[in-house]
Amino acid sequence: MTPRPRRSGRLLVTLAVVMTLLIVVAPLVYIFARAFSEGWRVYADNILHPDTLHAIWLTSLVALIVVPVNIAFGIAAAWAVAKHRFWGRGILVTMIEIPFSISPIIAGICYLLLYGRQGLLGPWLREVDLQVMFALPGIVLVTMFVTAPFVAREVLPLMQAQGTDQEQAAVTLGASGWQVFRRVTLPNIKWALLYGAVLCTARAVGEFGGVSVVSGNIRGQTNTLPLHIELLFNDLNAVGAFAAASTLTLLALVALVLKAVLEGRRG
Amino acid sequence: MTTATAPIRAKRVLPGFTLSLGTTLLYLVLIVLIPIAALILKGAQIGPAGFWAIVSSDRALAAFRVTLTAAAIATAFNAVYGLLMAWVLVRHDFPGKRILDALMDVPFALPTAVAGLSLTALFSANGWFGQVLHPMGVPVVYTVLGIALAMAFTSIPFVVRTVQPVLEDLDPALEQAAETLGATPWQSFTRVVFPAILPAWLAGCTTAFARSLGEFGAIVFIAGNLPGQTEIAALLAFIRLEEFDYNGAAAIALVLLGFALVLLVVSNILQSWAARHRGATR
Repeated sequence: MTPRPRRSGRLLVTLAVVMTLLIVVAPLVYIFARAFSEGWRVYADNILHPDTLHAIWLTSLVALIVVPVNIAFGIAAAWAVAKHRFWGRGILVTMIEIPFSISPIIAGICYLLLYGRQGLLGPWLREVDLQVMFALPGIVLVTMFVTAPFVAREVLPLMQAQGTDQEQAAVTLGASGWQVFRRVTLPNIKWALLYGAVLCTARAVGEFGGVSVVSGNIRGQTNTLPLHIELLFNDLNAVGAFAAASTLTLLALVALVLKAVLEGRRG
Repeated sequence: MTTATAPIRAKRVLPGFTLSLGTTLLYLVLIVLIPIAALILKGAQIGPAGFWAIVSSDRALAAFRVTLTAAAIATAFNAVYGLLMAWVLVRHDFPGKRILDALMDVPFALPTAVAGLSLTALFSANGWFGQVLHPMGVPVVYTVLGIALAMAFTSIPFVVRTVQPVLEDLDPALEQAAETLGATPWQSFTRVVFPAILPAWLAGCTTAFARSLGEFGAIVFIAGNLPGQTEIAALLAFIRLEEFDYNGAAAIALVLLGFALVLLVVSNILQSWAARHRGATR
């Protein structure tokens, strides 16, 4: 049916495939090629190095704190915006999206100006002996800033499209607020919620710019996995850096597969 | 009148409004707004004269120039590549299409530091691509081109993912009509398809550009970070922090924040134009 000549079509497809192979696939393949370039044993030694293991543990810990909090925030925001009408809804939606357009490094600077030694809350934090910067709380807070929109952005449009008829029917039939949410709303949004959580996790474990400002890069203490990659690279331990990077790459690939599966389910 | 509407409105309201809105506002204020306010407050403390002195220093100006130049190159690349990918993914069927489509999300899923590490090694003198490019006299690592490459990689999805849905909505019958009336495929693309996707394409380019200006993780690996030559604005702000020059860091961060907010507004305007445009051409 298409009147377009076939040859130009095939040319465009070939061009698209070749360019993608060069710019997207090659960097992916290269990570594993270099990580295993000195064999399995070296790879295992690199991964099992105490500093690398600690970085993996710290990054997992940050994700374990940030992702559930982000899910709760995303659901609360979507419930407020999608199921109710009030003045300033548009502004609220824009505010939720703000972190998405702000460079993480700016987020890190904001946090340092607030919680750092010379920061606004610095003197008070010293008085109560609370270390936020260059410690776990700072890393968690910046990661929360950077990932704030991730779950809300996926759940909100879906909840808006589904309207409030089903929930209202449940309320009329005598269901409590939590019952309505658990029995009516949650089943409707579960795939979008999971999808948002996957994206949030991928972003949380990979955060670099913001975390590099607030972490202080203390080896074996406040070094997350992405920061550890940079440290190894600067140590001229390229194979070690690629080994550490391969774990994050694997996670990214898993996230992509989950994304494809969930997108199909979400319909 | 109020007695007539009040009961109806009360019936429409679902429970949990105060709790959910309260949680949302509290989180946004604590996590997002107060930290940003701290930056703006710091900027106010510096004062206009001090701010201008920092921002217009030679090193800062050079950093802004490098950042803007590289972001422009990266966006130009994605404007073409993103359009090509969107077109091919919507209008052509071929084996492996779904994989190609999924690959477009790699730059979002892959941590930027990992991307930066891999690109740097690929293009360095003994990497797969560097081995070819270096003898040809095209050094990529430690140049503005390398910065642009890192920016281009991390902002690949923006153009593809904004143009794709608009192309999917566009009725191929329009192009067929144009070609029946004697238009060449190229004419039907430039006169029929391109005007329809123009707002979305521009919106995608704007977000890609904004993302490139703020990119940091991928660039620190490949840039070489030579002041005045391959030092981007975000890195200069970072260096000022390490020197405990918080004023310097805050002033540069504020300029980047200003860019980001202006581009956010532009992209929102373009996106609402695209939405209206879509409604009209459907």
